[in-house]
Amino acid sequence: METLERIIAEQPFFAGLEPGVLELVTGCASNVRFDAGAYIFKEGDEANEFYLIRGGKVALELFAPQRKPIIVETLGVGDILGWSWLIPPFHWKFFARAVEDTRAIALDGKCLRTKCEENHDLGYEMVKRFAHIIERRLEATRFQLMDVYGARKRA
Amino acid sequence: MTTAAQIDPMMPAAYVVRQVSKETRDTFTLTLGPEDGGSNGSFQPGQFSMLWVFGVGELPISISGDPSASGKLVYTVRSVGEATHSLISRKVGDGVGVRGPFGTGWPLEAARGRDVVIAAGGIGLAPLRPVIYEVLKHRSEYGRLVVLYGSRSPQDLLYRKELAAWARQRDTQILVTVDYGGLSWRGHVGVVTTLFKYARLQPQQSVAMVCGPEIMMRFVTRELQTHGFSRNDIYLSMERNMKCAVGFCGHCQYGPLFICKDGPVFRYEQIRPMLEKYEL
Repeated sequence: METLERIIAEQPFFAGLEPGVLELVTGCASNVRFDAGAYIFKEGDEANEFYLIRGGKVALELFAPQRKPIIVETLGVGDILGWSWLIPPFHWKFFARAVEDTRAIALDGKCLRTKCEENHDLGYEMVKRFAHIIERRLEATRFQLMDVYGARKRA
Repeated sequence: MTTAAQIDPMMPAAYVVRQVSKETRDTFTLTLGPEDGGSNGSFQPGQFSMLWVFGVGELPISISGDPSASGKLVYTVRSVGEATHSLISRKVGDGVGVRGPFGTGWPLEAARGRDVVIAAGGIGLAPLRPVIYEVLKHRSEYGRLVVLYGSRSPQDLLYRKELAAWARQRDTQILVTVDYGGLSWRGHVGVVTTLFKYARLQPQQSVAMVCGPEIMMRFVTRELQTHGFSRNDIYLSMERNMKCAVGFCGHCQYGPLFICKDGPVFRYEQIRPMLEKYEL
């Protein structure tokens, strides 16, 4: 567990956490691996964890009736995968598939939610850090929605 | 050699199409050579020409070829209307009038000894390709080359073979993304700003050159500043409705500036007040 705590402490997402708080997080963490092509989670399933990607690449996929499925985003080394564990009703909104062999640290969402309720310092830190990620992805999504390369382009 | 632009900037020189290459479903690269077989064709990376399609009209098109290759001018053109469609439909041997080159170039002198960070969106990679050629040709004179390139889909990516070849060069990082990918796409998906987290950047010793749709450049300049780039080290290539290309007609006026004459490449700090102005 000490090794895992050191790895987690080195990740920018967890930077600056108090040692006691970091220990609480590490208590919910484990190493995981996914083969290329494997689904990490599927839309509608219960969201009971999130992942810190340490190697490989993950695609977030969206399937819509009568349309070809598309990849709306890929995530790579250092990225956080999944925030549905934090927000009711705790269900995944996308499919996540390993595009390459992927290794990650999985954080048990149920375990963390319980600890966040018991320790509001931890809860505040998690919400603050996830809010930053959500804000970045919301901005990127707005940019994506503009379809800037579609209508008018440089000739 | 005296060029037509030096004699009379409004007088097109006679060129013929030497080669036409399909880049994507609607984008083609045309190689033109002087009709008389001369060696015209010198330009600075970032400059543009006015291309005259006889009987149709004249278009401002950025030069996208290798600046060290004499006797030819290369343009990558996307079909977005009648004139551009007519231009990309030229066949080998067809005539095209060329005025120019016009405008300011990318700051290659200022970039010497520093890292060159290129952020391009869509066909905005075309005006930056000469910079990539120049940096790779004079590799020891520049630091790291980082290219961040975003496109709409995998099918819309320009210069795919060259991107792969550039990625194999030393001290060069090529990051490519698409806004949307099909399930068979194994590359990155996300807007161009999402590439920054994977880029090996040294903002204090870099010059950034940005080209693409204006809204994309606004997002990118914001991201560059978030990563510590100085406004004075960020350069943008602007686009407006250029007609005369020499600052006479006023069609491309941008606040107190003319894009054709004072640009198209500007230091970000110089145009920031206009970029942030609604409807300018």
